[in-house]
Amino acid sequence: MREIDVKNITETVAKLCINANRHLPQDVRCAIKTCRECEDGKIAQGVLDNIIENFEIADKECVPICQDTGMACVFLEIGQDVHFTGGNLQDAINEGVRKGYTEGYLRKSVVKDPVRRGNTGDNTPAMIYTEIVDGEKVKITVAPKGFGSENMSAIRMFKPSAGLQGIKDFIVETVENAGPNPCPPMVVGVGIGGTFDKAALLAKKALLRPLGSHNKDEFYASLESEMLEKVNALGIGPQGFGGKTTAIGLNIETMATHIAGMPCAININCHVTRHETEEI
Amino acid sequence: MTKKITLPLTEEKAKTLHAGDSVLLTGTIYTSRDAGHKRMCEALARGEELPFDPTDATIYYVGPTPAAPGQIIGSAGPTTSGRMDAYAPTMMSVGARGMIGKGARLPEVIDAMKKYSGVYFGAIGGAGALLAKCIKKCELIAFEDLGAEALRKLYVEDMPLTVIIDSEGNNLYETGRKNYLEGKE
Repeated sequence: MREIDVKNITETVAKLCINANRHLPQDVRCAIKTCRECEDGKIAQGVLDNIIENFEIADKECVPICQDTGMACVFLEIGQDVHFTGGNLQDAINEGVRKGYTEGYLRKSVVKDPVRRGNTGDNTPAMIYTEIVDGEKVKITVAPKGFGSENMSAIRMFKPSAGLQGIKDFIVETVENAGPNPCPPMVVGVGIGGTFDKAALLAKKALLRPLGSHNKDEFYASLESEMLEKVNALGIGPQGFGGKTTAIGLNIETMATHIAGMPCAININCHVTRHETEEI
Repeated sequence: MTKKITLPLTEEKAKTLHAGDSVLLTGTIYTSRDAGHKRMCEALARGEELPFDPTDATIYYVGPTPAAPGQIIGSAGPTTSGRMDAYAPTMMSVGARGMIGKGARLPEVIDAMKKYSGVYFGAIGGAGALLAKCIKKCELIAFEDLGAEALRKLYVEDMPLTVIIDSEGNNLYETGRKNYLEGKE
């Protein structure tokens, strides 16, 4: 058994919040640059040039890429041989978010009540997801999620008879409905299977997988390529001004489900698909 | 061709702008988003005045990150304009003419734009670090308690924008996509 002081969790979460908001992952940068090379239209090229310039400024000057520095989604893979000491894990994570968002001059975008509103002032609480795995390490991923894109996400509980075509149509419909709102080019995370809530979590996790990688199951890997092509054929383009690049990536994650159902969730993200990971 | 526009946005200037135009905007603009618009429209309903003169004014839908020491403002890209659709016609009815944001608008807003010669400019969503470079002055003028959503007066120089919807109701979100799909960009 390994003991880990929760102070380490606080420090790590704080650092990850700041870094994720300043430095776009390499795979996302590459995907945007590749799409820029393929665009023919002047407006689309200009938009992508500005997007590239923007993430380069943020990286170099250590400022937030986007002003919506998001809700802090914190994923922990906790080795089952770990024992946390020095305090409560959830409090330690929230303290890390508080520290990161304050010291990193990040925007505080969280309200304490969904209906009555009221900013909490420190971007807490974090959205926390824990998973128990083998071993004695803790892997922490912070993925700040902006809501321009979150608001364009969708979930549907299909009958199994809807089949693959139902899923395909739903993906295209959701991206088309999102249109210019989620700051395209977007990243599309698709979760299929599980229960109502698990499908949504799979979709969110799909956004963490590197762009250009594929689902290990060839059936879904080929579906990812087919659907990326289909959503790009919509012509929404960068910022919705028309063009080839509506999405820079489309990842699908799946799991088992009930004989009576086929849940499908689609989590939309913008071109600022941020996440940083560290293992303790 | 890029058009250089100096604010305030008079009716005459607004009518020279067309959907799809690239614009470099210079002058004073005001920031507001959900909570600020709600308060301003409630104030107007009570017959009170706004914290700034809305005549020919341009409003930027933005909630910036806090300024770090030595910065004028933090990252400052546009938020989704559709959330301000409920308030935009009221704002135009008292003289505000320009709107800067991103994303689709409702037909009611476009109708009001035609009536009051309004212009909807798009700033690049997610390009907050780049857009902050054009902001040369920033002054908090009202609703400080709203934090990022407070009302700020900004002076911008050569802010790179695209006209999405013009005062005749032409909409780049419709024509841009259509032209791309028809291959006549």
